[in-house]
Amino acid sequence: MFGHRLVTSVLSAAIATFALAGIDATAQAQNEQFIPSLVYRTGPYAPNGIPFANGYADYLALVNERDGGINGVKIITEECETGYATDRGVECYERLKNKGPTGAAAFSPLSTGITYALIERAPVDKIPIVSMGYGRADSADGAVFTWVFPLLGTYWTQADTLVHYVAMQEGGYDKLKGKKIAFIYHDSPYGKEPIPVFQALSKIHGFELEMYPVAAPGLEQKSTWLQLARQFRPDWTFMWGWGVMNSTAIKEAAAIGYPRDHFIGVWWSGAEPDVIPAGDGAIGYKSGAMHAAGPVAAVHQDIFKYLYDKGKGAAKREEVGQVLYNRGMINAALVVEAIRTAQGKFGNKPLTGEQVRWGLENLNLDDKRIKEISFDGLIAPLKLSCANHEGEPKVRIQQWDGKKWTFVSDWLTPDEKLLRPMVEESANKYAKDKNITPRDCAKES
Amino acid sequence: MLYREVGQFKTSYAADQAIFPIMQDRIGLIIVLLIAFVAVPLVGNDYWLRTLLTPFLIFALAAIGLNLLTGYAGQVSLGTGGFMGVGAYAAYNIAIWLPWLNIFVVFALAGLVAAGVGILFGLPSLRIKGFYLAVATLAAQFFLGWAFIRVPWVTHYSASGSITLPAIAIFGVAINSSVSRYLFTLCIVSVLALVAKNLVRSNAGRAWMAIRDMDIAAEIIGIRPLRTKLLAFAVSSFYCGIAGALLAFVFLESVEPAAFDLDRSFQILFMIIIGGLGSILGSFLGAAFITLLPIFLNRVPTTLGLPLGTATISHLEFMTFGALIVFFLVVEPHGLARLWQIGKEKLRLWPFPH
Repeated sequence: MFGHRLVTSVLSAAIATFALAGIDATAQAQNEQFIPSLVYRTGPYAPNGIPFANGYADYLALVNERDGGINGVKIITEECETGYATDRGVECYERLKNKGPTGAAAFSPLSTGITYALIERAPVDKIPIVSMGYGRADSADGAVFTWVFPLLGTYWTQADTLVHYVAMQEGGYDKLKGKKIAFIYHDSPYGKEPIPVFQALSKIHGFELEMYPVAAPGLEQKSTWLQLARQFRPDWTFMWGWGVMNSTAIKEAAAIGYPRDHFIGVWWSGAEPDVIPAGDGAIGYKSGAMHAAGPVAAVHQDIFKYLYDKGKGAAKREEVGQVLYNRGMINAALVVEAIRTAQGKFGNKPLTGEQVRWGLENLNLDDKRIKEISFDGLIAPLKLSCANHEGEPKVRIQQWDGKKWTFVSDWLTPDEKLLRPMVEESANKYAKDKNITPRDCAKES
Repeated sequence: MLYREVGQFKTSYAADQAIFPIMQDRIGLIIVLLIAFVAVPLVGNDYWLRTLLTPFLIFALAAIGLNLLTGYAGQVSLGTGGFMGVGAYAAYNIAIWLPWLNIFVVFALAGLVAAGVGILFGLPSLRIKGFYLAVATLAAQFFLGWAFIRVPWVTHYSASGSITLPAIAIFGVAINSSVSRYLFTLCIVSVLALVAKNLVRSNAGRAWMAIRDMDIAAEIIGIRPLRTKLLAFAVSSFYCGIAGALLAFVFLESVEPAAFDLDRSFQILFMIIIGGLGSILGSFLGAAFITLLPIFLNRVPTTLGLPLGTATISHLEFMTFGALIVFFLVVEPHGLARLWQIGKEKLRLWPFPH
């Protein structure tokens, strides 16, 4: 009798414990926000993909460790390897889009091809695409591209600011007349994206533009550079390269004696893996930048304190602060801030992609807020709206001194009067092709 | 016991010439088709239908196309990616210029355009053979890849060179859900696979195999090499072209030239080598092996809860996948289809092997 009762009580206690544990687990699971992470830690572009993925992972981990999540909502994340291949990227997207209690918050594809493919899927699945500094330039028009957010600038803003910088160096836009500018680019949609802006600017300011496509992956550029430097003899050279193409181009420029300080890359051509392989040849090379390089902000100290001192960091300690590490970190931070903004409207709970989209559209990072999240000195303020999904972007020019990147210009503002009509024209053409009725932004709250 | 044709007497020539002469095979096929057309759409979720099965079917179609050319007619081709691209861009242009045209007609026309390009690049096959032909078709691949990037009207003057495909509909029904995309692909692939299966048993197919096995002997018995080879190129490119159009319209929805690069050609070639040269079933098995297995391998560690890094999982995937390719090629150089055939032979004798 006693034995029987003991067994019963033990059993019921066990059941109760399990039931409680179960409830606890579900309660915890329900208070989690899933943020997916598409990465490429392998494949031809891995040297650039790894630091970005590390920065992204570290920032999400930091928010959990330091703040206990976003307003108490823990972040859960999962990486999926795309290898920079579009079909694998799409597979990753489909694999992760419904994870977590409310589905994926936002996707950052980090590849032009994957971004283009996901732009078609985002409106159906109602998940925003954050293509920070890449993707379609016309997706800055939020009225047509409701679900796409090319934060901190597109290739068109970058192209315009590079010309702006050159004009400043030459002593004004009027001095550009008759100057020669070469444009060397990765022969893919990524590299071709800025061409319309360069062509428009060349017409307006009267500089001569010559274009040199480089077939992917870009290891063979000898003939291109011979042509460029011996025949065309440009005053300035711009480059849209990615991966190994960047360091190869810088090496060729050095070999042929082209002045490196008149050679400016896009922001995807301005990270450590691009210049270090070129050695001393890279000294003086410039590139665009949407944020500062180096562990310069307070957030880096937090990352050291909460992650690396406890052995929880994703990268090596000395890699924290590299250009692409910072970019991944900023990408994660913008998504987190968008979620925080959306929580202000929908409550401090896990949010759906649709709610995060609202948060992105109403994202307003002013100087004060940037200081609060310890990103002071890293990025310029940005403010989004229904029509503007780019966030009033600003670009700086940085220069490699052989050891580190330093800014050589102030924040440059692109010429919206030129770009905005181009963005709208292109976006409206897309809307017509796809039978999309653009939103009326005057009616959006 | 179950798989034996004892007692199945053929009383007519038609019965003797059937594609599947054994009743169990016919039943098996009907079951497979029922599963594919009814069960899978009912139970499959978005991820399965749209991300795994739809691309699998599309690549199987491309593999059938290449198999007709390489497996049956013996002409090695490295231009599959290019021919798929021709189909995709042709379908895009036709759909843009003639938006009222039925999508099946669009795809058929795109297939014909690809067939024309295939004939053009098949012309050298009369003079060059084997590895040399492979190099010639490699030239086709590079030329077509160049054309997709450099010729502006191909991409409808898109500034970035990347195209966004218009939405598709059949008789007013939009093909936009996972199920409809899957069924649309499945219909096209089943019909074309059936046609291919019949084609290789026909006069044309026998002529291809004669050319493949010994072209001089084939010529002597009255098979015209030029016509036969060009027909193989045309039909193969037609299939690849439709596969390319499907890949663009149904799966990717936005196409950059890199989607049809040399890697794609190799991918399809590996499918038919692993699946089985000269086998329609092999094309499906090979496509499954190349498209589905890496994703499966990639997901195993996470599903088991192993705490591995993303890069490690990826490297493991490559290593296991490579090892499996070597394993299958060592075990059965004639591909997975041959393994299946051996299995069937064994089953026929079971349980009384000689």
